[in-house]
Formats: sequence, structure tokens, C-alpha cells
Amino acid sequence: MLLVHFLREQAGLTGTHIGCDTSQCGACTVRLDGATVKSCTVLAVQADGHAVTTIEGLADPARLTPLQQAFHERHALQCGFCTAGMIFAAQALLDYVPNPTEAQVRHALHGNLCRCTGYQNIVDAVLLAAKLQQTEDMRVVEAT
Amino acid sequence: MNISVNATVAQSEHANFVGQPVLRREDARMLTGRGRFTDDIQLPGMTYAAVVRSSYGHARIRSIDASRATTMAGVVGVLTEADLAGKVGDIRPNWVVGNSIVPPHRPLASGRVRYLGEPVAFVVANTRAQAVDAVEAIDVDYEPLPVVVDQEAALQPGAPQLHDNVPGNLIGVFTLGGGDYAAAAASADRLVKVRLVNQRLIPNPMEPRAVCAYYDELEERLTIYMPSQVPHMSKRWLAETLGWPEHRLHLIAPDIGGGFGCKMHFYPEEILCAYAARHFGRPVRWTETRSESYQATTHGRAHVEYVEAAVKNDGQVLGIKLRSVANLGAYLSNMGTGIPTINTASYATGTYHIPSLDAEVRLVTTNTTPVDAYRGAGRPEGAYIIERTMDAVANALGIDPLELRRRNLIRADQFPYIPYGHPVFVWDSGDYHRCLDAAAEQIGYAKWRSQQSELRAQGRHVGVAITCYMELVGMGMSPMLKEHGFDRGGWESAQLRVHSDGNVTLFSGSMSQGHGHATSYAQIVGDVLQLPMDHIDVVQGDTDRVPAGHGTFNSRSMPVGGSAAFTAANKILAKATQIAAAMLQVKADAVTYKTGNFWITGRPEQRVSFAQVARMAYVASNLPTGMQAGLDEIVCYEPQEMPASYGMHAAVVEVDKDTGEVKILDYVGIDDVGNLINPLLCEGQMHGGLAQGIGQALYEGAEYDDTGQLVTGSLLDYTFPKSDQIPRVRVGFQVTPAPNNPLGVKGIGEAGCVAAPPVIVSAVCDALSSFGITHIDMPLTPPKVWRAIRDAQRVR
Repeated sequence: MLLVHFLREQAGLTGTHIGCDTSQCGACTVRLDGATVKSCTVLAVQADGHAVTTIEGLADPARLTPLQQAFHERHALQCGFCTAGMIFAAQALLDYVPNPTEAQVRHALHGNLCRCTGYQNIVDAVLLAAKLQQTEDMRVVEAT
Repeated sequence: MNISVNATVAQSEHANFVGQPVLRREDARMLTGRGRFTDDIQLPGMTYAAVVRSSYGHARIRSIDASRATTMAGVVGVLTEADLAGKVGDIRPNWVVGNSIVPPHRPLASGRVRYLGEPVAFVVANTRAQAVDAVEAIDVDYEPLPVVVDQEAALQPGAPQLHDNVPGNLIGVFTLGGGDYAAAAASADRLVKVRLVNQRLIPNPMEPRAVCAYYDELEERLTIYMPSQVPHMSKRWLAETLGWPEHRLHLIAPDIGGGFGCKMHFYPEEILCAYAARHFGRPVRWTETRSESYQATTHGRAHVEYVEAAVKNDGQVLGIKLRSVANLGAYLSNMGTGIPTINTASYATGTYHIPSLDAEVRLVTTNTTPVDAYRGAGRPEGAYIIERTMDAVANALGIDPLELRRRNLIRADQFPYIPYGHPVFVWDSGDYHRCLDAAAEQIGYAKWRSQQSELRAQGRHVGVAITCYMELVGMGMSPMLKEHGFDRGGWESAQLRVHSDGNVTLFSGSMSQGHGHATSYAQIVGDVLQLPMDHIDVVQGDTDRVPAGHGTFNSRSMPVGGSAAFTAANKILAKATQIAAAMLQVKADAVTYKTGNFWITGRPEQRVSFAQVARMAYVASNLPTGMQAGLDEIVCYEPQEMPASYGMHAAVVEVDKDTGEVKILDYVGIDDVGNLINPLLCEGQMHGGLAQGIGQALYEGAEYDDTGQLVTGSLLDYTFPKSDQIPRVRVGFQVTPAPNNPLGVKGIGEAGCVAAPPVIVSAVCDALSSFGITHIDMPLTPPKVWRAIRDAQRVR
């Protein structure tokens, strides 16, 4: 059993989607411990004993992450089917490259397909999130 | 040129919402994983279906042996045509143009399969894995038959024949036009000819198709969840085919993960899930895999066109002759016959004043997946026909392609414009020249043109192009649709219910697939009723809650569905004003209404709130004489005219002559889609449409081999654009309000997909003009472009 099937059918976490059968689309992207993975490329048993974060567990719905907020403000989703995977792929970039260029964002999202948005607003949302995140980090630094 | 998103509008307050970039209320649930798609639905006792599909492009079925499968663990049952014959009707198309022949189409193959992936048997099991395993255990004995996948080959004498009632594989011949093309050709200085291939595409919404059905034995009701763009029509088609009474069929379209046309057709799996749920007495869910979708869900485009333009040496185009051959696949899908005919040929003169059109379209059946409406649905093909032809004319006459277009565009003072003397069609409004000038200025056409030879001297092959399109959107009108072969109406519904606390629910017959209708409809209703958007909910996609409707396609939701909502809101306001007048003891014309309060004009202290009026509507103790209680209006809005959206798009590309790779350096679209309800969402629609259009131009194409196997059988082999394969695009709007609907809106959903293919191809050919290359068929993949350059150099 693939991790994505476990998440959707056993754990009832249907926010992780299946958009293909060849590991191309990235709709099933989740976090496994520290790594960002397509959950269709991991067996459920391989995740045993590890921490899996899905879109349902990413944030308190009442308090979105800067990336989620930026997706909303930049109209970076239409049908929403690819969105969870996009959020995880983009967050993985921002974790390593806090202030990416547009080209870096486009490269980082290469493994996540979207058929609605033409990607432009997703790219803009990730760039905005980088700014929002830095502002938030600065606040944390100032507070401590 | 960029929509400002900083000015976000608070939905909790009174505001003028229409025209504002209001952020979407749909986002929150999608961003937190709480969307609800069909495959997410879990019902007690759920079973799972899988489909045995033909592994041949064309074969006789000698026998089907399901005996091994039916004894496997977890298998609930197997259905074949033998189980359905006499109980379930044929799949009927919903749009049949002219005298097109309709070949019989069964939900499960009857004795013969005619395309790769045609359903042969339907397996239901306790788990998805068990169903998939059982598919492998069903033995189908096929006798392979000769295959034909190409539509022109299918018309040749001796070609394999698909259907007994379709001699020569010719479904029909459709003619359209007006004016006198023969006279135009006779008086022309030149005839310019081109052959174009509008390649087969696979729509690829990110959510594959899915169906979940259950039967309630006590109430004798069937409930079907599925991502239908047209919930009420899907319900009707299912009821008719199953022979099941419509009032006991409840269709729910939950969140839809993109549709782009392919989720508005009528598919075998929908019938099979519904039938199986009742037959086996268990809920049944089926979800296609992506690779399965490539065989089982309709494809788009797939035409070959021969165009001839009759032109004067000064560039005036006198007429267009079009001979096109359309591949409809193995059976007639829903709108299959209409797309290459009315939806394509009508636009063969495009945005130009070309007095004559002589179009003939041959509709052909082949051993391929049925072809039907896919985003743009004929208009991309139409725009491609005329725009590639205009480039060929410019090339033949040695006139700059921009100047040629300028000379032929319909002038602003010619609207409403009747194309080629057609008895029915009207292009309603616009200013094409202003739009063309704006696009030329934004892209810097003159600058690129003047730099081109200098760049070439440096070994850089840069091309610039501007192309035009127009399209009728907002499909109506019911009598005209009937005249053109449709079996559906052209109106859209809006039921507006004001609850007794003054909050409002809009029930709309249209259906969002990611468009953001819940936001844009609330903007429209909020403006009329002058209420905060938060007081207005929008319900779609539930045939028990929404009384009637047609759905979302042909960029019709705002012009038709929006006009319905607007009209219903005005009826509500009129009735509420009368109630308020009774409460204030004055005549209705002495009442002023603003931001949720009615008052006696000139005496604002004498007021009742909208909520108080709503409560009175239900308590009914002080209603005007003869007025019925309640505050609830249904409107089925019938459009008076289909508005004509248009745009001029410009691109600059650079081609690497050593690799054939095309890089888009700049892209500008200036579009006139009438008034904008929500510019942010309009921009998003344009971005998405452009990505699909650029996809067609550069990357996408479904390919069959001669044996009927789909070579592009999965996402490994079918490329649609990824994030780093799409340039930043610059989108701007000019506004000519649609003259014949109350909102002045046209439609935008498909525009980008219509606009992009010709401009990209045109720019690439411009970049390669020094090689003598005038045309390359889409998709312009690096190998294809590289070969074109190599072949051109060899000729030299």
C-alpha cells in the first residue's frame, strides 16, 4: 500500500490528492519527517514510525501559514486540486532558500502540475510568502 | 497592466463589489485540505469499481469469461453488455448537427470494440485493489480487426469500416457560409492556400473523473456524486438512459478539480455506477487513473483543415474557403459533431471584414477515443485557421502581418457586425483596431521588428507576432440551439432565497470547476441588494437544492448565469420594496433603499431594515393586498444574444537553431470580455487559458500508432506545461460592455486557450523566416523545429 492510499483511505485524510499514476503531478506531496515527498512514491510501511504532515496538519485553519495566506492573496489556486501539493513543494523551497528568485521558484515547482492557473500567480504567491515569512522571522528575532 | 490585489475588499461590509478584485471565499477550504471531491466521499458499505477496457483499437469480441473473477475474494459482481441489454439505453449525443448519422453506442461494448480503452466489463468489489485484481482475471477473447486512426485515411476507399450504419466512416458533411466565394475567387488577384493540422489534445483536469452512486431502497432514490460541469443535464441523461424517473434521481457535483469541457459529456462509467449501485444494493465508487483517463475521457481538437483565401494585391481578403476533416473518434460524444462545424467554421473569417465564406466540414469516425469539446471547443481551431491564413497572405503579398491585419479588421463603426451575410450570427460589439494598437504598443512591435535583422546578424533568431481572435460566448438562445441541432436549452437559472433574518442564498444552475463562482455571484447579488457579501451564500451542483439549470461551458456563467442572478436579485428588491412600503405606510415609489435599509424618501428616520422586511415577508401580517408570502424568486434567464469576446495577443520568441528550442521572451494579451465582475479572477482565467494554449502550441499532442495504441498513454508521454515551461504573461483588458445583457459582460473562460496557439506559431515562424520556413504544425517541440530548420537548410 502506498502512503497516499493509506492517508486517504485508512487515515481519512483526503486533503492529499491523487492526480496521476506515474508520480508526475505532485498533487500528493506531503512532508515525511523533514523531507518533502510525493506520497505515491513511498510505501505506507516505509512511513511507519515516522512523522507525516499533510495539509490538514500544516496549520490551524484559523491561522494560515504565510504561504497559505499568500496563495489566497495572489489568487494562486482555482480548482484547488493541486494546491496542497504546491504548498508543500513551495514550503520546501522556502525552508532552504528563504529569498528565492522567480527562476528558483519555477524550478522548485517543476514536479507539481497545475492545469488551472498557468503557474504565474503561484510563483507570485511563493515570492510574496518569502517576504511575509521574513517579516515574521524578523518579528520573532525582535521578540527574543 | 497588472491587476492590483492590494486593494482587497472586505466581504463583511457594504461596498460596490462588481469590478473589484475581491479575494475568493472558496480558498480557505482548499488551502487547508478541506475541499470535498468525489473520490473523497466515503459511504457505509462502499464498494469500488474498475473497468475492463479494450486493449485493441478495433476487434470483435468472441467471448467474455468472468467466471474466475466472480469467485475471487471480495468481488461483488461483474457486469457486461449481456446484463445491460434491454435494460439500459444507448449513450446518445446531445448535439447532432445537420444530417449526422448517430452510430449505436452502448455503455459496455456489444460484440465489438472500436477504440483502445472502450469499456467491456465493469467489476465491483469490496476494495479498490480487489476490483483491479479482478479486472486482470476476466478473459476477453478478441479477434483483432483492421484499424484506422487517421480521419483522412478513414475516408479512403477500402479503409476499415467502424459502424454498419456509417458507410465510408462519414458521419456527415456540414456546410456553412455566406456571401459569394466563387465570385470572390474569380475577382481575386491571388489565391493563398494552407493546410493546417489542429492536433488531438488531452484535456487533463488535475482531478480525474470519478463517480460515486448509491441507491436508497426505502425511498427508491438514486444518488449520484460526480464532477459534472452540467449537473442537471447529467441527471436528465442518466435518467433517460437508465429508464429511471428523474424525481428519484439526485445528482450532486461536489468540488470539481478542473473540467475544461471534458466533464460536461456523458460517459459509460456514470451509467454503470448508477446501475450497479441499484443492481448490487451497495454504494459504488469509481475513479479513473490518469492513464485510464487518457483512453476513457474525451479528447479535443483533431482536425485537418485546407484553407484558401481569395485576396487582392493590396491585402484585402475577399473570401475564405475552408475544407476540413474532423476526427470524431469511435462514437459521437455529446457535442462532438458541433465542435468542428458550427464552433469552428463560423469563426473562419475571425475578426476581419471578409465578405464571403464557403466552409465544408467532413465528420469522420475512427478507432480513437471520442473527441468532444475541450476549452475553447472549436474557437481555438477557428482562430488558428484564419490567423495562420492571414500570415500566409502577408507572406505571399509581402505585407507586414500586422499591417495586413489592420487593413482587414472589422471597424468599430461596423458593429453590430453580420459576418459573411450569415442569417443568424452577429458579432455584437468591440473596437478591434484600438485593441490591436494596444497590443502592438505593449509588446513593442515596431522595436522588435526593426531589431530583428540586427539580431539575426548576431545569430539570434527572434520573432514577433500579433494575432487576433473573437468568439461567441454565453451560449443561448434556446430556439437557436434547437435550430442548430442541440437537445438542450440555452437559459440559466438563479433562485434567490431571502431567509427570514435577511440572509440570502443563491441557488445557481451553473457549476464552478474552480472558477470562483461563489465569490463572483455574491458580488453581483451583493451589489443589487446592497448587502455585505458575507450575507450571501451560493449553492451549485445539487439537483435537489438547485431547481433547474444547464451548467458551465462556453464561457457562459457570468453572461447567462450572472444575468440570471442579477435579474432575480432585482425581482427580490422590487418585492422587498413593496413590503417595505406597506410597513412604512407609503407607496413603493416613495421608498428609498440603500445599504440594507428602506426609508421614506426625504425622511431617513422612518426606516425598516432589509432583515425586518425579510421577516415580514414570512410572518406576512402586513403584506400589500394580494401579495404572496415569502421572499424567494426563480429566474430562468434566456439570453437575447451571444456576446462576442475578442482580443489581440502578441508574442516575442527566440528559437535556438541548434536545438530547436523555443523560448518565449515576452507575451502580451489585450482582451475585451465586456465588463469585468472580478478582475482578479478574470486575470486568473486568462493565465490558465494561456497556459493551455501555449501547451497546444509548444508541447501537447496525443498520438496513436497505426494499430490504434495510444502512444502518449500516460503523463510520462503527454506533456502539458510545467511551472518552468511557461513564461510570465502580461494581461490587460479593454472594455466594451456587451450591449445585450444587463451586466454588460461577455465571457473569458476560454479566451486564452483560443488566443495563444496562433500567436506562438506565428512568432516562431517569423523567427525562422530567414530559413524560408512559413509554417510548422503544432506542437512546436524542439525535435520538430530542429527538423524543420534542417530540412529548410537542405533544400537550400
